Amino acid sequence: MSEQPKTPSKAEERKRPVDLVRPDYWQHDMVQAHDTRELNTLNLGPTHPATHGIFQNVLTMDGEFIQSAEQTIGYIHRAFEKLAERRPFYQITTLTDRMNYCSSPINNMGWHMTVEKLCGIELPKRVDYMRVIMMELARISDHIICNSVIGVDTGALTGFTYIFQWREKIYDIFEEVCGARLTTNMGRIGGFDRNFTELAWERIRAFVKEFPAALKEFEALLMRNRIFMDRTINCGPFPAERALAYGFTGPNLRACGVDYDVRVANPYSSYQDFDFIIPVGQNGDTYDRFMVRDQEMWESLSIIRQALEKLDKMPDKKTFQAAVPAWVLPPKEEVYNQMEALIWHFKIVMGESDVPVGEVYHCVEGGNGELGFYLVSDGGRTPARLHFRRPCYIYYQAYPEMIKGTMLSDAILTMSSMNVIAGELDA
Amino acid sequence: MPAFAINAERDLLVTEQLGAAFGDRILKSEQQGDMLCFTVRKDSIHEVLAFLKDKLDLTFLTTLCGMHYADRDTLGLVIHLHSMRNGHRIRLKTETPLKDPVFPTFTDLWPASNWMEREAFDFFGLRFTGHPDLRRILNMEDFPAFPLRKDYPLEDPTREDKDDSYFGR
Repeated sequence: MSEQPKTPSKAEERKRPVDLVRPDYWQHDMVQAHDTRELNTLNLGPTHPATHGIFQNVLTMDGEFIQSAEQTIGYIHRAFEKLAERRPFYQITTLTDRMNYCSSPINNMGWHMTVEKLCGIELPKRVDYMRVIMMELARISDHIICNSVIGVDTGALTGFTYIFQWREKIYDIFEEVCGARLTTNMGRIGGFDRNFTELAWERIRAFVKEFPAALKEFEALLMRNRIFMDRTINCGPFPAERALAYGFTGPNLRACGVDYDVRVANPYSSYQDFDFIIPVGQNGDTYDRFMVRDQEMWESLSIIRQALEKLDKMPDKKTFQAAVPAWVLPPKEEVYNQMEALIWHFKIVMGESDVPVGEVYHCVEGGNGELGFYLVSDGGRTPARLHFRRPCYIYYQAYPEMIKGTMLSDAILTMSSMNVIAGELDA
Repeated sequence: MPAFAINAERDLLVTEQLGAAFGDRILKSEQQGDMLCFTVRKDSIHEVLAFLKDKLDLTFLTTLCGMHYADRDTLGLVIHLHSMRNGHRIRLKTETPLKDPVFPTFTDLWPASNWMEREAFDFFGLRFTGHPDLRRILNMEDFPAFPLRKDYPLEDPTREDKDDSYFGR
């Protein structure tokens, strides 16, 4: 009798590739005799409390180890690209709100800038800086959610409950600036619809002053916490080459060690006037993603501080929009009292603003990475085609590769640290 | 005005190298605002992308999306490539007749292209030969149409209570 193959250890078992495609695999005697795996299928989602959104993953598990995952997405697909083909340009802003709803102002302003690029609208510096303040506040609120939820998924609820008050304070600022908290519809093409009120400035200044202490407290709970570090270091690591091949951008790419940030690579809204660093990680694991987001919050705070300083030095305290009558509504007192202003008002509201024929691609650094807008205009009142480059949609397809061979609990943590937002994923 | 900085040196290099390598298979090259755009013949698109990725450092696939040009009855692909090292972006376009909506897959060049192609299939009915898993992705599996084509109505066309003609739609 020939020599018996030795029984593989559990660790070797896990490394063995799964071959479910070849049905004869299981009929092979040698395989059957020595296969100690217990494969089963686990349905993670579509609605699962730990996935923080509607994602389905059909996992093939060997015990508690994931062998493969099959994703189903599209549960909240709303056909934004089709809807956009029937809407005047300014009405598309409300669609962008609902993509990454954790940082709506960034989406809003990314869209405004795309139209401004198409129409060649130049903005005053003051408006640029006001936008920068709003976008960085949105980034902080986005990162607060992601980082505190990593804490929740590792079992530390405390940080979440404390830091979320600060997200509320950011939403208070949004409310004062534009009237809404979550789906903001902030600003207009060509600037803002009105100047920031005194109360809004007060709230921004108070936030910049008081938030660092709260963030330090949050960091003290998690950053050097032994349990948290053991839990997150080496959980869901991803090499930079694979991340680039999979089209990662944003904090997830930077956690892998690639210093790509749209704000620096292709500055928009006067980001070139600000002094900030791009934090990068090394392994691209959950801890690195946490740290990159954490450091980005500090950088965002520093950018807001610089913007406030620059605005203080400006003698102009009144400009809040560019001088583009084709896009910005005339003041209400004129609309109510003058026929021309009323006509002009209706012209804009009915979507009669002229746009040139052309194609533009514009991108901003969203909460999750490069949020791009590819806009094709045929000169009509609506876009001929609008494509959103949603960072979530592109990097979420790497998820099966990231979680292969890890445990289920690590897969949950990997997903929450990637900050996959269902609205952006499904558009 | 927000715009990408134009990298004239790289633009020239890419134009020259593509011209030398592919000749008349590059149908058109034009400057569209802040980005250089090439229109490529359908049968060479995969080769051109591989060339750009390997030789000209345009290694990052930013977007790949479908298009429907109703006026000339064609479906198209628009691809944005990015070279992070050189800060250089270009746009590529290719078209195919509506009756023959087939392109080669680009998943061998970029795994990121997988879902982008599935999205183009889902919304425009573009087929990608060699794609590992070409199924609908955002719409339900038995959806009867390709909704982003121009002939697919956004609203129920049999409605009589609503007249959009005054709104130029």
